[in-house]
Amino acid sequence: MNDDIYKGYRGIARDALVKFNAKVWSEVEITSSKGVFKGVILPRSEIADDKHIVLKMINGYNIGIAARFVEDIKETGYKEAHYKIPESEFPVDAEKPRVVLFGTGGTIASRLDYRTGAVIPAFTPGELYGAVPELADICNLRTEKLFGIFSENMGPVQYRATAEAIGREIKQGVDGIVVGHGTDTMHHTAAILSFMVQHSPVPIVLVGSQRSSDRPSSDAALNLRCAAFTAAHTDIAEIVVCMFGPTSDKYNLLHQGTRVRKMHSSYRSTFRTIGDTPIAMVSPDTLIPIKQDYRRRRSDCGVLINTAFEERVAIVYYYPNMQPDMIDLLVDNGYRGIVIAGTGLGHVNKPLYDPLQRAKEKGVAVYMTVQTLWGYVQMYVYDTGRDIMERGVVPAGNMLPEVAYMKLCWALGQTSDLERVKELMLTPIAGELTEREPPNGYLIFQGGIPEVEEFIAKHIL
Amino acid sequence: MPVPGVDFGGISGIIAFVKTPLDYESLGLRCGLEIHYQLDTRKKLFCRCPVGLRNDPADATIIRHMRPTLSELGEYDGTALMEFKTKKEVHYELHYDTVCTYEMDDTPPFPVNQEALAIAIELAMMLNCQIADEIHVSRKQYLDGSIPTGFQRTIAVGVNGWIPFRGRRIGIMQVCLEEDACREIRDRGHVIVFRTDRLSTPLVEVITHADMHTPEKAMEVDRELGNILRLSGKVRRGIGTVRQDVNVSIRGGTRVEIKGVPRTKQIRDLVHYEAVRQHALLSLREELKLRGINADTFSAEHGDCREIFAQTTCGPIREALDKGGTVGAVKLTGFAGLLNARVSPHRTFADEIEGRIRVIACLDKPPIMLHSDEPNGAIPREWLLVKKKLEAKYTDSVVIVWGSAEDVRTALAEIAIRGREATQGIPNETRQVMATMDTDFERILPGPDRMYPDTDSPPIPVPAERLDEIRRHLARTPAEWRERYSRRLNPQLLEQLITGGSIAQFDELSRLCENEPGFIGYILTALPRSRTNGRAAAPWLRDIIVRYTAGRLSREAVFSIVRADQPPEASTLEQTSRLSDEELRAIIGRVRAENTGPRDRNKRTEYLAGRVKAVTGMRADGRDILRLLTEEERK
Repeated sequence: MNDDIYKGYRGIARDALVKFNAKVWSEVEITSSKGVFKGVILPRSEIADDKHIVLKMINGYNIGIAARFVEDIKETGYKEAHYKIPESEFPVDAEKPRVVLFGTGGTIASRLDYRTGAVIPAFTPGELYGAVPELADICNLRTEKLFGIFSENMGPVQYRATAEAIGREIKQGVDGIVVGHGTDTMHHTAAILSFMVQHSPVPIVLVGSQRSSDRPSSDAALNLRCAAFTAAHTDIAEIVVCMFGPTSDKYNLLHQGTRVRKMHSSYRSTFRTIGDTPIAMVSPDTLIPIKQDYRRRRSDCGVLINTAFEERVAIVYYYPNMQPDMIDLLVDNGYRGIVIAGTGLGHVNKPLYDPLQRAKEKGVAVYMTVQTLWGYVQMYVYDTGRDIMERGVVPAGNMLPEVAYMKLCWALGQTSDLERVKELMLTPIAGELTEREPPNGYLIFQGGIPEVEEFIAKHIL
Repeated sequence: MPVPGVDFGGISGIIAFVKTPLDYESLGLRCGLEIHYQLDTRKKLFCRCPVGLRNDPADATIIRHMRPTLSELGEYDGTALMEFKTKKEVHYELHYDTVCTYEMDDTPPFPVNQEALAIAIELAMMLNCQIADEIHVSRKQYLDGSIPTGFQRTIAVGVNGWIPFRGRRIGIMQVCLEEDACREIRDRGHVIVFRTDRLSTPLVEVITHADMHTPEKAMEVDRELGNILRLSGKVRRGIGTVRQDVNVSIRGGTRVEIKGVPRTKQIRDLVHYEAVRQHALLSLREELKLRGINADTFSAEHGDCREIFAQTTCGPIREALDKGGTVGAVKLTGFAGLLNARVSPHRTFADEIEGRIRVIACLDKPPIMLHSDEPNGAIPREWLLVKKKLEAKYTDSVVIVWGSAEDVRTALAEIAIRGREATQGIPNETRQVMATMDTDFERILPGPDRMYPDTDSPPIPVPAERLDEIRRHLARTPAEWRERYSRRLNPQLLEQLITGGSIAQFDELSRLCENEPGFIGYILTALPRSRTNGRAAAPWLRDIIVRYTAGRLSREAVFSIVRADQPPEASTLEQTSRLSDEELRAIIGRVRAENTGPRDRNKRTEYLAGRVKAVTGMRADGRDILRLLTEEERK
């Protein structure tokens, strides 16, 4: 039997469909013990139960009917949904910069199939033009789909492919690069690309959306326009994340790829620069730099691509009462690098001293970062810190834990000489280690405080 | 005051004479209702914020824009396109303690409020609906900014219901549980301001079939639906808690939705004038047809008239130009005189056009436009030049608008669109209520394609046991109450108790005082609505009735306590305790001994009763005083 015609239906719900000769997309009149329901049978979500049949009624509402009450199903027609994205040709303007958009799987632009509720990603230039026509005012856009995966499934294979694709484009003289990415691990990808792609002559902009673009209030269109503008028209030759500044539709922020972090599970303004200020504010037609020390756009096509990556590296998020075997397990399983997110200035408890000693003896590279996220590791202040360093743990300055992780993967991918690794780790490449933290690099306003409330009342949140 | 205007198709006659059901039948009038009642829950529908309105200054503001999403055929939904053209900046005012990140669209929904779901199911049952076995949350797109997400989360709870109405059934298409939208505070130019307090308050939407064929009936069915919902005791009362939309069409016309009618009483006039308006627009179409203008032959040309007005002294135009704006004009070929065509007592076809410009082009500062079908004494020279520029003949109409270049461009296009629509009949619109019981354009009526599943919410099974449980405690419907009490109560009082939501209290209290149902009904009509609304009787009220039945309180005392609407003090009860017949006789005896009064017996009785009453106050009812006094006088 063709599974497709019972899409997602299992158990008694499927039995009812089979019994009365109905299938997904059938236009039906279902007689249940409660009465007659009219509509189109929709596919059933795989994770939903096996007891109900979903009907889309004529007014667009969906309703579930218990299979056990069904007495008859009369098929009156059949209406299969066909997905098609409207396309119109993306206008070419010789005067405008050329930008390439790489797709990794996050849905930046999409449209909706109202009949099924399916979200269809728009990706080709024509499709994007249909969804966000303003892009044509900014640049000539070309797109290339690298892969189609959720951002949590990104890994070394994808990092390498992305870095190489970027290198290829730069060598061919593109004016700017945009990488569409799911937001969950966007900062991980931004970090590793910052090490794999060095000395870029053009902007490389990672962008995504916190509200999917099938919603009228989505941040996707503005994010995409700001990213395209950054790539096409600004002189910031850095790897940056371009996402909402405030939750309002006001402006985006450009965050250094190694200093940015997703800080809220659902807010639009979830990405924040940690321990510094963002590089700039950007709108679809204006850039307002915040910092001046960024690398500038160049006219050459030179770039360094180094896609080394060691996969046997872990982050250990320390917690009180952590048992020694948490470290032993990694060492015994052949891990070559460990990044610890320690408490305070970079601390772990005494029971870990021995396993750390064993790690040192086995030649495992161990680096200390802080789970406070803001601030530097400083292991000289307390004895604990000195004791830990004696066991070979290297303080990683103000590198964010995820960034230190990516850098250690990259460094260990190049050499097993731990001294060489240390040199790579502690030499700043793309702002991951900074010499100083400006006082306005740590600003977490607390609601309720009168001066904060006064500020918020006067400004748009 | 009626405007002067051209009378096509005998509009004045229609306005004056269409009044009987037969007239409406000849127009082919059909009405359906969509009524919305907020549910009396403590918390909102998809988050845990408290329900309630705020009028103190907002704590913070956020700004959003709404973008249309393409429909299945690669086209924008009509409403979507219109809202996009208006390019509004949407401001949301919020209060920290009553609005959370959910309402701001910065957090996905929490599981649906089960209290609200149970109420919605109960109401759907009272409306004889088939209840869904599994409910699905859908999104209904709204691009006017009234909801920060751009869609309303809504759930079909029951379908295919009906209510009994004068011996027949009025069909209920569907009962939905949905979140309320924001309150609009201000809409000027390109900025619209909403307050988020009301957002996400649970409400039920009841949609009827278009089964009503006269304005009167639409109004009465609306009242009856309100009765049913109120008798559940679980809907909110008060300003803004109830809104009804009325769908109106006549034969050959189109469905037009009158949005947000605040009062049931207004439905009758609104439906009447909408029927008239539709008739007028169909007549206008006939007139255009006679002039050889249809959708294909329709022609509108526009031009930039900034130069012509460069030196103008006409105030509003001067102001626009001084602000760097422009002036545009559009010629509607062959439309001469038609902009004055009356569509209702107070409005002409020009007002139809003006409504569009105001909403879609955001040119909302009156005067919004000038047109050649009205006298234009102020700028005769400019008019000549504009007409010349557009090569307008005496058979054409010309409209002038002014404002920012972009808005003028939108307005000119919109005027042409509305002109073309006139050749087709009645545009699909939602219309807003004016003080004159006319309506004005609000937006293009959304198509059916704006519904899609809420991917953030799982389907929720509604087990049969839960339905049985709800059914066991179902409130009685008005029909059931009428059946029960029509023989024992006067019909007017019965309807008053039903509409007032106090029939259940009546039922409860009249058991305590079986001989005097009329009196119980009467005192309940004195209770404020907030006390009735389908609720059970307050304990103190029960207590009062018990005392009354036991002869310990006079009617007057009961009435006075009920009016005060609060539990009486023990001392008050003491001071107003009813006098026994013996005590009253004693007082009568005293009064008679002290007063002679008029000689005429009737007059004397009346006089003495007054004297006695002055002594007893609320401790005796007039009828008892008279009864005993008459007895004594007759001795």
